[in-house]
Order: sequence, then C-alpha cells, then structure tokens
Amino acid sequence: MHEMGIAQELVRIALEALPQDLKDPKVASLNLRIGKLSSVVPHSLTFCFEIITKDTPLEHARLNIETVPVVIRCDTCGRQWEAETPVFRCPDCELGQVRLISGREIDIDSLTLLD
Amino acid sequence: MEIKIRKNILEKNLTEAEKNRHFFREKNLFVLNMMSSPGSGKTQTLCRTLEQLMPDIQVGVIVGDICTTNDADRLAETGAKVTQINTDQFGGDCHLSAPMIDTAARKLGCDDLDLLIVENIGNLVCPAEFDIGENARVVVLSVTEGEDKPLKYPLMFQVSDAAILNKVDLLPYLDFDAPLAVENMKKVHPGMPVFELSAKTGQGFDPWLTWLRQQL
Ligand SMILES: Nc1nc2c(ncn2[C@@H]2O[C@H](COP(=O)(O)OP(=O)(O)OP(=O)(O)O)[C@@H](O)[C@H]2O)c(=O)[nH]1
Ligand SMILES: [Mg+2]
Repeated sequence: MHEMGIAQELVRIALEALPQDLKDPKVASLNLRIGKLSSVVPHSLTFCFEIITKDTPLEHARLNIETVPVVIRCDTCGRQWEAETPVFRCPDCELGQVRLISGREIDIDSLTLLD
Repeated sequence: MEIKIRKNILEKNLTEAEKNRHFFREKNLFVLNMMSSPGSGKTQTLCRTLEQLMPDIQVGVIVGDICTTNDADRLAETGAKVTQINTDQFGGDCHLSAPMIDTAARKLGCDDLDLLIVENIGNLVCPAEFDIGENARVVVLSVTEGEDKPLKYPLMFQVSDAAILNKVDLLPYLDFDAPLAVENMKKVHPGMPVFELSAKTGQGFDPWLTWLRQQL
C-alpha cells in the first residue's frame, strides 16, 4: 500500500548514487533485495517505479528483485532454519525465544549503467 | 558498469526514528506504538487505559487518522494531552512515519509526560514496517476479525511486543475460537504476552495495565 513512497525513496537513492561526471547517464537496472516478510509487493513497486521515472535517467530501468527468505534463529537452543510458512515457533524447543535473521529486507544492493 | 549502493530503501525513516528515540530518551519518556486494523478498538482501549493511569502517570497521545478528529476528541475527554495527525495532508498515507511523530511530539510538548502513546492508522500491514522511534509496540485484534489474522499478517504480530485480543464481551454471540486466535499469535511470535479483554466492559483489563506499568 505504501509502494509509491518506497518507489520515491528508491529513485532518490539511485539518483544520488549516479556519478556526477557522467553526461546523460542511463540506468539499465536496479538490483533490490526484498524480504519475504516485508510488506512490499514487487508488482506494485515496479508499477509505481515506472510511473515516476519517466524522463529521468531511470526511465526503462529494470527492477531485479531478489526475494530474501525468512530465516529464524532460536536463541534458546541455537537452531536456525528457513520458515516457509508464518509459523516461527522453534520446532525443537517450542517455547524458545526466536529472532528474525532475515526476511524484512527492503534494500537496494546496486545499480547497473547502460554502457 | 555496476555501482554498489547497499542501502535500506527506508533509511531516511530509520534515521529519523533513531533521532526520535534519542529525543524521547532525553525526555525520559516511554513511547508505545499501538496498531490494529480499522475499528479493532484502539481508541476505546486507550480511553479506558488513560482513565486508569491518569493522573499518577502523565500520558500524552498522538493519534493518526486519514481523516477526522473524532478519536482525538474522544481521547481528550480523559484529560490526557492529545494531538491529531491527519495523513491526508501528507498524501493520505496508510501509516505514521518518524518525521510525522517528531512534528506531533513537539507540538504536543513532552516535558511533563511519563508515557506517550501513539495510536497508529488503522491498518495491519504498513504501520508494522515503519519505525517511529517507539520503545514498544502493541497490536490489537478484535474477536470479530477472525482467528487467522496473525497468520495472514505475520509481520505485524512478529514485530509487536504484546497483543490485545479485544471485544471479548462479544464472544457469547460469535463462533470465534479465542484460544485458537491466541495460539496463532504465539505461532508467529512465541512468548509474546496476549491480553484478552473488553475495552467496553473493562473485563480482563488488569493484566494489561500491570504489563504497561511494568514497562515504564
Ligand atoms: N462490544 C465491544 N465493542 C467495542 C469494544 N472496543 C471497541 N468497541 C467498539 O468498536 C468500534 C471501534 O472502536 P474504536 O475504539 O473506534 O476502534 P479503533 O481501532 O480506534 O478504530 P480506528 O481508529 O478507526 O482504526 C466502536 O464502535 C467501539 O465502541 C469492546 O471491547 N467491545
Ligand atoms: Mg481510533
């Protein structure tokens, strides 16, 4: 629901990262890492991104979205596992205190320029 | 050519949230972020909570809504200091962000407060994503929403420090399976305290108030 705000931040960060000395830079792709547990819907993000990048160096840039799995760690017994469903209870010790190791990422890793 | 960036896209909000946290720590203020879907009973729960805590504990409230000052008016009747954020002025956002809280907290004035409660916009998705510089998060689920909501909105229940199952006064009229709802919350967030209560009748309120007082 807030993909437009996220797209705007993404554009701001990407434009800031462009080398100042390049004349008319064109971005081929942005490489993102989005956690499965984050509330970002890749399809809506791409949609918003396309709308707001018209006539900018980011126009027609592809969003490469890598989905990051939800990895949980049990601090009580030390077990670490990938959760396929939203059941984050430790399969070994049931009541263990669990912690999210990954799955909430909303990151931009890099961008690729068109040569 | 590849250019490395390696940034959280929400970094601006995170930086602002850290600033808020610092500001609140300096004021010796505990900040609670209260979240739920629309109509679960955040305002009703807060009204009763404020009646019980005030005046021993000085509470301020920031209430976010897309439109209207209805909730702020209801909360102000308890004597607490209240300020309203209407996000339509900010583009009808579905959540409160850290910069909005900064503005609202300064407008409210925090010097004489012990506890600041933020009633977030009614939404089980977006508010979970945005750090506002709070010390603890509470999610409210009401018994008319279905037992499966924790599994459908896992992020919200995973990031919350406690949950309230509200409107238990309605249980006799519904097929809602309260133990199953609590079990689903604990599947998503093992060990999270869950308070089953009615903001209407006050039933089950004491454990919640005890937990809240312990946080301060
Ligand atoms: N029966 C019953 N009704 C309740 C209870 N708590 C709240 N309500 C009713 O539920 C409706 C919504 O309550 P609110 O407190 O406005 O809910 P909210 O979460 O603040 O709603 P938004 O701010 O609009 O998202 C109101 O009509 C309340 O009177 C409860 O414990 N039992
Ligand atoms: Mg309300």
